Amino acid sequence: MPDLSINFAGIKSPNPFWLASAPPTNSGYQVMKAFDAGWGGAVWKTLGVPVVNVSSRYGGVNYRDKRLIGFNNIELISDRPLADNLREIEEVKKHFPHHAVIASLMVQSREEWHQIVRDVTNAGADGIELNFGCPHGMCERGMGSAVGQEPDVLRTIVEWVMEVAQIPVIVKLTPNISDITEPARAARLGGADAISLINTIQSIVGVDLDLFAPYPIVDGKGTNGGYCGPAVKPIALNMVKNCAQDPYVQLPISGIGGIENWRDAVEHILLGASSVQVCTAAMHFGFGIIREMTAGLEQYMAEKGFHTIYDMVGKALPNVKHWEELNLKYKVTANIHEDKCIGCQLCYTACEDGAHQAIALREGTRVPEIIEENCVGCNLCSLVCPVENCITMERTDDGTEQLTWKERTLADTIPTTFNDERAGGLHHWVPEPTAALGKEKHKTLPGKARQITNVAPAPHDTVRQP
Amino acid sequence: MAEFFPPASEQEFHANFAQLKPRMNTTEALYESSRCLFCFDAPCIKACPTGIDIPQFIRQINTGNVTGAALTIYEANYFGNACGKVCPTEVLCEGACVYNLQDVKPIEIGRLQSFATRQVIESHKHLFEPGQPNGRKVAIIGAGPAGISCACELRALGYEVDVFEAKSQPSGLTVHGVAPYKITNEEVLAEMDYLQTQFGYRVQYNSPITSRPDLLALEEAYDAVFLGIGLGKTNALLLPGEECENCVGAVEFIEQLRREHHQILVGRKVIVLGGGNTAMDAASESARLGAEDVILAYRRGKDDMGAYDFEYDLAKSVGVKGLFNVSPLEIIGNGRVAGVRFIRTTTVDGQVQAVPGSEFVEDCDMVIKATGQAKQTTFLSLIPGLQLDSKGRIMADTHTYQTTNPQYFASGDALNGGAEVVNAAAEAKVAARSIHAYLSAR
Ligand SMILES: Cc1cc2nc3c(=O)[nH]c(=O)nc-3n(C[C@H](O)[C@H](O)[C@H](O)COP(=O)(O)OP(=O)(O)OC[C@H]3O[C@@H](n4cnc5c(N)ncnc54)[C@H](O)[C@@H]3O)c2cc1C
Ligand SMILES: Cc1cc2nc3c(=O)[nH]c(=O)nc-3n(C[C@H](O)[C@H](O)[C@H](O)COP(=O)(O)O)c2cc1C
Ligand code: SF4
Ligand code: SF4
Ligand code: SF4
Repeated sequence: MPDLSINFAGIKSPNPFWLASAPPTNSGYQVMKAFDAGWGGAVWKTLGVPVVNVSSRYGGVNYRDKRLIGFNNIELISDRPLADNLREIEEVKKHFPHHAVIASLMVQSREEWHQIVRDVTNAGADGIELNFGCPHGMCERGMGSAVGQEPDVLRTIVEWVMEVAQIPVIVKLTPNISDITEPARAARLGGADAISLINTIQSIVGVDLDLFAPYPIVDGKGTNGGYCGPAVKPIALNMVKNCAQDPYVQLPISGIGGIENWRDAVEHILLGASSVQVCTAAMHFGFGIIREMTAGLEQYMAEKGFHTIYDMVGKALPNVKHWEELNLKYKVTANIHEDKCIGCQLCYTACEDGAHQAIALREGTRVPEIIEENCVGCNLCSLVCPVENCITMERTDDGTEQLTWKERTLADTIPTTFNDERAGGLHHWVPEPTAALGKEKHKTLPGKARQITNVAPAPHDTVRQP
Repeated sequence: MAEFFPPASEQEFHANFAQLKPRMNTTEALYESSRCLFCFDAPCIKACPTGIDIPQFIRQINTGNVTGAALTIYEANYFGNACGKVCPTEVLCEGACVYNLQDVKPIEIGRLQSFATRQVIESHKHLFEPGQPNGRKVAIIGAGPAGISCACELRALGYEVDVFEAKSQPSGLTVHGVAPYKITNEEVLAEMDYLQTQFGYRVQYNSPITSRPDLLALEEAYDAVFLGIGLGKTNALLLPGEECENCVGAVEFIEQLRREHHQILVGRKVIVLGGGNTAMDAASESARLGAEDVILAYRRGKDDMGAYDFEYDLAKSVGVKGLFNVSPLEIIGNGRVAGVRFIRTTTVDGQVQAVPGSEFVEDCDMVIKATGQAKQTTFLSLIPGLQLDSKGRIMADTHTYQTTNPQYFASGDALNGGAEVVNAAAEAKVAARSIHAYLSAR
């Protein structure tokens, strides 16, 4: 049985799954319920200055019939009295001494920071997370992302906190910045023990077409909010990777953003996270999702022979390179497995209109055909194909040659003319522009467009038998 | 058997004849439309006789543009709602859906189609209007799917249109013939109202055109005449005892069923003669009316039946039993049916042959003859120059549906010998455009 426990910068937790600081960690009631369900830790909903929230706070992005692939909120930090939260932290710790309770904090002055750090430490928190991320409402008051976007300010505040901190301090970063490593380095310089990322991304999730206002709508108006949920995972993964690979950061990372199942968690871990935090998924499906997450993680670790989480932290990092270090000699081409193909021809139209005209239609069958000379191996067809493993990308170079852009640059052989033979280059076939006209006239005309001249004969073959 | 009790009220009737393709709710439509792959040159379009741009209307439903979806449907097929419910989609659009090749349930195109169209019908959304009047007039005989579709299209092209209908309601067999579990009368008629309100053609009900003078009047008063008369009564069997009171034709039985619902009487043991779709319908309907035994008697083997497999399955699912390789010799009874004398048959080289000495009597108290509808040859012979083929179908140009009398055009069952609502709708639209082309060129 793999060991799921972690020691994250000194914070111990029975598993790497923490609830992120958000509504699911708003109260002792919820945190206890979560621990009971199997969560390893919880970052308490951010504590700090008094706030007032609006009614109508969330907006969602649905994709076709899938709800909340993206989620957005205009909520502020905890609106419950600090004293209540402190008392509840204490109570939770009494019941769950081995689970991780991390207090998320956001205040303004040095004195306030000192006071609140002492308060939560006295309440028994195992660690502190500094919320420098919230992209709305708090930044206007000089907090949240207003701090996270100014590495110098961030560093100063971290230093204030470190002056009194007796427990590990995590700095939570905002993604609303062009280079995430800058605030990460500042956190390190300020003396922080770890970083967590990402907080929400500034966003407008949609506009009401009748009211002409952005969602969520508050009395006819709206504002930019913070975006999270499955849709942000790719952005989070890239930022986690950037911090993990940066030689000047070198801090434990708590990965956050779009984690909803064990796979998402493993991806964050393989790119350098050693704990993961979840918000939207718990808000969408409740605490019960933890069972699938731990079961999946255990299964994966057992299959891969990983004994502890640390056997896999950052395991994909060596394979994440700069573009210039990729092998230009590597080549794949698409293969259609005819037996699986259902003839939707999405691959054809995708390649024809959106790529390299490397797929042809044939008479008498709806199964398209790859024109291997034209296939640049872009993957597009295999991505649009609705059938599992129906289009596979197969390697066609012999695997002996290796040449990168970097090597070509060093060898002074970077091209001076357009001669990439695979795509668009001198020797690459591209149809004549006018060949586009009437190219798809074989398509079935919808009824509306049918003219008398090309109407099919009376369909006697469909005659209903008496 | 008796899976169904005889319905005693309208409510019980609707329970026994519950809709096979019930209306989708918005959530269901969202889920189902999300599954559509938006195929390139989609095979479903090709399989729809009216060529509805199916992926387009499904995408419109999915993006919340239900009105746009309905427009896409109606632009290709004026019987959009009816077709969504009554089309044999298993052998048309849904049968062609690529999901079948993966053994995944095909998209429920018919139900999505009705989802969109019903919404505009109920909200009286104005989608069409008559074209600029062009001063020409067309007479349409028959207010069935063919006649009404032709009327809509001609009105859109600016024609003045008068429809002459023998019966008191529009839509032909859609309301008089199609099985009640496929579509309700109210639903059919609501779509007819919806179309007439927008296109403004005139319909004269209870106005059969029956004589040469009737036809002459039309020929003189109108630039063209469209024949959408469908087929006639059930063919006679020419067997002794056929005149018994409760030996009825399937088409006549079904028409009465659609009109009288639970007030129609059905036997306790019913024998349906025939192996086509109408036979399947009549058998299913008898069972749903509470008949204790329903026997489907067919001259050849099960696999030789003309009916679609899914129609036979549907009949079987309500308890109908098949009796194959039998040929009726006589309807037994004294004024009322008491049984049918059959002889067993074998098929040799495609020919049905009686097996000597194999006669037997199957008792029953009702016989429904589903032996095909007669063609309206007598009436059609009143039209000068109009030629029929050997099967009594109107002969016409296969592209324009212009008959051998150039003033006459035809579509639907009268032309194709008996197909589906969707075929009549498809042909009539084309016929209307060729009337326009023909008259414009004159
Ligand atoms: C029992 C049965 C079940 C069916 N089930 C289905 C089904 O489930 N799905 C499906 O798609 N199709 C079904 N069909 C077929 C479908 O109903 C027809 O293909 C379709 O209705 C043909 O349309 P039409 O306009 O050509 O003829 P019809 O629908 O027959 O309409 C002809 C109209 O013309 C009128 N008329 C005829 N002669 C004259 C005259 N001389 N003067 C004035 N008016 C006249 C008639 O009263 C009628 O209203 C079924 C048919 C039958 C018989
Ligand atoms: C409604 C809501 C309120 C949040 N409040 C806080 C907060 O008070 N403090 C904080 O650090 N992050 C807050 N977050 C951000 C989350 O902790 C988390 O960083 C972000 O949602 C990304 O994770 P996810 O993709 O799992 O949701 C909030 C998020 C949401 C949706
Ligand atoms: S996308 Fe896949 S299933 Fe569709 S035609 Fe191409 S290979 Fe076949
Ligand atoms: S009209 Fe009939 S065949 Fe055509 S798409 Fe609609 S349900 Fe399918
Ligand atoms: S074949 Fe099926 S999946 Fe493809 S467009 Fe038609 S309904 Fe959609």
